[in-house]
Amino acid sequence: MSHHIVEVRDLKFQYPDQTLALGGVSFKIHHGESVAIVGANGAGKSTLLLHLNGYLTPSEGVVRIGDFQLTPATVQEVRRTVGMVFQDPDDQLFMSTVFDDVAFGPLNLGLTQEEVRARVEQAMETVGVSHLKGRPPHRLSTGQKRRVAIASVLSMSPDILVMDEPSSGLDPKARRQLISLLQTFKHTKIIATHDLDLVVDLCERTIVMHDGRISADGPTMEIFNNQELLARSCLEKPLRMQGCPVCQNSEA
Amino acid sequence: MSAKIDRAFYDIGHLDQLAETDTPLHRLDPRAKLLTTIVFIFCVVSYDKYEIAGLLPFFLFPAVLIGLGNLPLGFLLRKLLLVSPFVIFIGIFNPWLDRAVFWQLGPVNITGGWLSFFSLLLRFTLTVGAALLLVASSGFPTLCMAMEKLGTPRIFTVQLLLLHRYLFILTGEAIRMIRAHSLRSFSGKGRITFRVFLQMLGNLLLRTIDRAQRVHLAMLSRAFSGEIRVLRKFRFGYSEVFFVAGFCVFFLTLRFTGVTALLGRLVLEISR
Repeated sequence: MSHHIVEVRDLKFQYPDQTLALGGVSFKIHHGESVAIVGANGAGKSTLLLHLNGYLTPSEGVVRIGDFQLTPATVQEVRRTVGMVFQDPDDQLFMSTVFDDVAFGPLNLGLTQEEVRARVEQAMETVGVSHLKGRPPHRLSTGQKRRVAIASVLSMSPDILVMDEPSSGLDPKARRQLISLLQTFKHTKIIATHDLDLVVDLCERTIVMHDGRISADGPTMEIFNNQELLARSCLEKPLRMQGCPVCQNSEA
Repeated sequence: MSAKIDRAFYDIGHLDQLAETDTPLHRLDPRAKLLTTIVFIFCVVSYDKYEIAGLLPFFLFPAVLIGLGNLPLGFLLRKLLLVSPFVIFIGIFNPWLDRAVFWQLGPVNITGGWLSFFSLLLRFTLTVGAALLLVASSGFPTLCMAMEKLGTPRIFTVQLLLLHRYLFILTGEAIRMIRAHSLRSFSGKGRITFRVFLQMLGNLLLRTIDRAQRVHLAMLSRAFSGEIRVLRKFRFGYSEVFFVAGFCVFFLTLRFTGVTALLGRLVLEISR
């Protein structure tokens, strides 16, 4: 295995309608690192994520995942390594029961029945949805769906977890539980989100995107303290790093 | 309007919920129920178009299923009523087209048209009722698996599965669209004009395509290679054999021997 698990070099991507979504993006991510990708709406975060598991092919540039450069020949191998959790769990959970959904990936990998069963039980246990295994996913709450979506990816034992807005649509408690859950994972994590407080909890490193380019890449705290950079990228300091409005008023 | 759609939406879900209960009927292998229902439907529809008396004993099958499966009769009847207009439209002209008099009950002439119309209604109740019971006792996804195990081409069952899976999400999307429309249409009192309806339909189609693309992406990222695999063990044991054989013999006897007529004559003899 190479030292870098994800390497993106000069990645450019243009949608068929000529919109330039990515205009030369480069970064490297190490094993076990947890990296946030933040930026305004339309900054190119989702497009970038779609390159990481080979759904989109770069117009220019190189994506390397583990030992493989992403090409049509290696795309299956890459998808095995990269577990992708989608923003809308309804897109991700397409089977009719929770169990079948979590088993979908492992079955496609051609594992034996016992192995599949063990992996599914393990994944459901990890995210705490074992009691839901016979239920149809579309009848679950958003929080439960999100957990099942994560389990459906964990069951394939990926090295890298890529998540698009994992906390969107969750109530505060479910969000807190999700954060605690993700903290226990040893995977390399790449999280695209607008929830900057979640970034503070989960990611030691942050990549800021703006207009299809990387405008900053560094330690999370350093970036969130750079007021000027945040304003330029249509972002704000995480709430907990802003002064408490109640206390400020009472002092005044 | 949207309240009605909402209602229908939850009712489909309710059918699935019924399938999650645990009764002797639900525990039977779905293949057994599927096979028996198919034989049942063939027997029922193969009768002559004026048949009424011969169809009546077939009601025993749904009755037994409802009893074994502890299923709510009222709910199923309401479902039947919901689809009944289709059949009524098919048969409603029979009494005018076919005026041959079959029996005379005092002053009332019973024509062939009325007989065939009632026969059609009976058949509809039996077959659609049996199909509803099948879904309520097994669940749609499980039935698809059973169909596949019985040799239905996989592409067909997968289509059915995905159709069922996304029915809810698409209906949800349509409901939200209608809701949004009715919240902003004041003068029209929530009526959807044809022009707006077309636009909404187009919009729904585009959303569906987008959704399909995202779902496909989700499948690809989980190593999908064109075949949906499912882990499920079906067991065809003694109770299944007993269920299938028992009912099939019952149906075929009813169909091919004049048991109903015999019984009728027997009852008449005794009462005399």
